[in-house]
Amino acid sequence: MSKEPIVIQDVIDKVVQRNAGAITTFIGTVRELTHGKKTTYLIYEAYEPMAVKKLEQIGNEIKERWSGVEVAISHRVGKLDITDIAVVIAVSTPHRADAYEANRYAIERIKEIVPIWKKEHWEDGEEWIGNQLETVAYPTGKPEEGDLNE
Amino acid sequence: MNKILFFAHLRDAVGEETIQLDLNGKTVAELKEFISEKYEIALTNVMTAINEEFASDEEVIQQGDAIAFIPPVSGG
Repeated sequence: MSKEPIVIQDVIDKVVQRNAGAITTFIGTVRELTHGKKTTYLIYEAYEPMAVKKLEQIGNEIKERWSGVEVAISHRVGKLDITDIAVVIAVSTPHRADAYEANRYAIERIKEIVPIWKKEHWEDGEEWIGNQLETVAYPTGKPEEGDLNE
Repeated sequence: MNKILFFAHLRDAVGEETIQLDLNGKTVAELKEFISEKYEIALTNVMTAINEEFASDEEVIQQGDAIAFIPPVSGG
């Protein structure tokens, strides 16, 4: 978790390993238009100690699912302008297919279990954004295994 | 005593980041009912964490536990 701009190379450097044949990097950036509505800036806020734990959990899940993998994830908090970097995920594996798959897994899991929220600011207002589809309810109070594997 | 944390729109609705309550022996469901009545907020889609781990509605709160209400997340 970082209050300062993320340096992409620093995240990549964390996964460099002699057995890697591939490193994939995902860079999540702040988009201007969402469903035609113009965002002026975003505020990201996190429950930081839990967010760090959940990011570590995602790293461990990836290590259980793919062999020879290294993962590094950095997520920004605070005010971000359009085009700013919100998240960087670097994954290294012996072969490229796993590097792509594991990287995709990481970002999808972040959107499910890591306590980070964004507040979108528009020219005419602001709103905290829930899950992007606004369709997920957790009747038991926590995500079920099925929800987490979607 | 127990510390209760609110984030995102819940913090705006409650007007505080944290409150203190004595919840020893109460379930998460009981706390949710109390909070949603007191602050007139819906907690149906909101997850709960005890000491930074997701907890079910049936879980019993112990002395000193930190409880956080986690609205649907929107990181990434």
